[in-house]
Amino acid sequence: MNWSAIWAIYTFEMTRFFRTISQSLISPVISTSLYFVVFGAAIGSRIDEVEGVQYGAFIVPGLIMLTVMTQSISAASFGIYFPKFIGTIYEVLSAPMSFLEIVMGYVGAAATKALFIGVIILITSFFFVDIQIAHPLAMAAFLVLTCVSFALFGFIIGIWAGNFEQLQMVPLLIVTPLVFLGGSFYSVSMLPPVWQTISMFNPVVYLISGFRWAFFGVADVPIALSLLAIGGFSGVCLATVWWIFKSGWRIRQ
Amino acid sequence: MPTILSIKDLRKTYDSGFEALKSVSLDIEEGEIIALLGPNGAGKTTLISTICGITMPTSGTVTVAGHDTIKDYRAARSLIGLVPQEIALEPFGRVMSTVRFSRGLFGKPRDDAAVADILKRLSLWDKRDNQIHELSGGMKRRVLIAKALAHEPRILFLDEPTAGVDVELRKDMWAIVEKLRADGVTTILTTHYIEEAEAIADRVGVIANGEILLVEDKDKLMVRMGQKQLDVQLSAQLKHIPQALTKYDLDLKDEGWTLVYRYDTKAERTGITQLLTDVSSAGLQLRDVVTRQSSLEDIFVSLVHKDAEDAA
Repeated sequence: MNWSAIWAIYTFEMTRFFRTISQSLISPVISTSLYFVVFGAAIGSRIDEVEGVQYGAFIVPGLIMLTVMTQSISAASFGIYFPKFIGTIYEVLSAPMSFLEIVMGYVGAAATKALFIGVIILITSFFFVDIQIAHPLAMAAFLVLTCVSFALFGFIIGIWAGNFEQLQMVPLLIVTPLVFLGGSFYSVSMLPPVWQTISMFNPVVYLISGFRWAFFGVADVPIALSLLAIGGFSGVCLATVWWIFKSGWRIRQ
Repeated sequence: MPTILSIKDLRKTYDSGFEALKSVSLDIEEGEIIALLGPNGAGKTTLISTICGITMPTSGTVTVAGHDTIKDYRAARSLIGLVPQEIALEPFGRVMSTVRFSRGLFGKPRDDAAVADILKRLSLWDKRDNQIHELSGGMKRRVLIAKALAHEPRILFLDEPTAGVDVELRKDMWAIVEKLRADGVTTILTTHYIEEAEAIADRVGVIANGEILLVEDKDKLMVRMGQKQLDVQLSAQLKHIPQALTKYDLDLKDEGWTLVYRYDTKAERTGITQLLTDVSSAGLQLRDVVTRQSSLEDIFVSLVHKDAEDAA
């Protein structure tokens, strides 16, 4: 294992993150605060409670998930796309590194960034609402797993993307709708029956539900299903990344 | 000297069907400087990329100090440093940290003294804390070389190192390559500047259309294929070549002030004595006589032309 190479990529990526720390952190914090003001205060004052949880607190897990998923994807996809775009990828490809090591460097850094932002949002939310975390360990595990699996997904997008539009397209057209329709701001049980059924095909529902369970002990779907969903998603992403490197698709002709 | 890089029947056909390399075989000895000359699109960069692991060969093998570049890629690649043709650098990285990054990628433990030494050798030490985008084009090229040398490779690939580089940097670069040779580093450079090959290479390979047309000791090549040219400068202008001299296949240049005679240095008789005698008997007065060895460029152009004709 070429640990020094993994560390080199990891620290290089983290340096980029800290170089732009203000924009990396300020924008998610501001948008989260806005969500709290709009959903928590304005709408929440009329909803009061969902499944026994105060609405302002109820949306916290969904908000964290929303940000963590989009941030993991954008960090990882940009992280691998940018060297492809400016040509510096040659050095990584010519280095004595296995594909696994390249993935560990880039995906590890992207997941760390997203985790960092997720924690910041959690801290921010303490200023707005009163939250008790029922299962802190499960919460942390869910958070880390989500960061890693979505960073893997972002890595795939970054390899696939041929230009900046494509880089933005998948997060914007697929991930954001899935997350919004995944029960970030509501319980799936609040939807009409048809939409409840449709929601069951949205993988993000399982993630948010599981994450919310870790906070409040209440969930839309059984926790085992949530674990299965996140495990399955990670597995599919891992298999895809493995295939990409095996075949050299879009990276090594 | 032992062989450090061995290429056997290497072929590369891209997905588009383009055959970039057609059975390339080449052995490179440890410590030599070899220049691969060829026109654009000849396959020089593909050859380097395939050896370095950036593209996968369609067939054939490459071994570096006995290590197969695919089966035993870690050992093979850690011996190689690559300076790419295009300037590809993270614009916001700083010089020192970007070179340190390269060292880390190649699995070497952090060693700031070693990195500092490389930066000093490349006159980059004063710029070590600058961001890359603040540097001039020439300085960026130096950074690329520093990155390639960061892990102390045994083989250095320079892909068109002096394209668009000023004379001073070019001279500097040649000096660096000379110094690396003294340390036993093998250098493989591609170029289409003939002077470059002429100035620093021990051997020259000519590559065109994905094939190596010839690899030969530079000096031998120049002697073997070298022609000499004799310029006879006259003290009176000529309108046309005198009847008595037509058998020599002479050219008239400088508006009739100079007669040009080409001859083969290897030939038993160069014909110079007879020519000069005949010039004298034709009543021409000589002002000066100059001889000139044909350059690698002339050899190169004639080879590539011949290849194009053969292909047609």
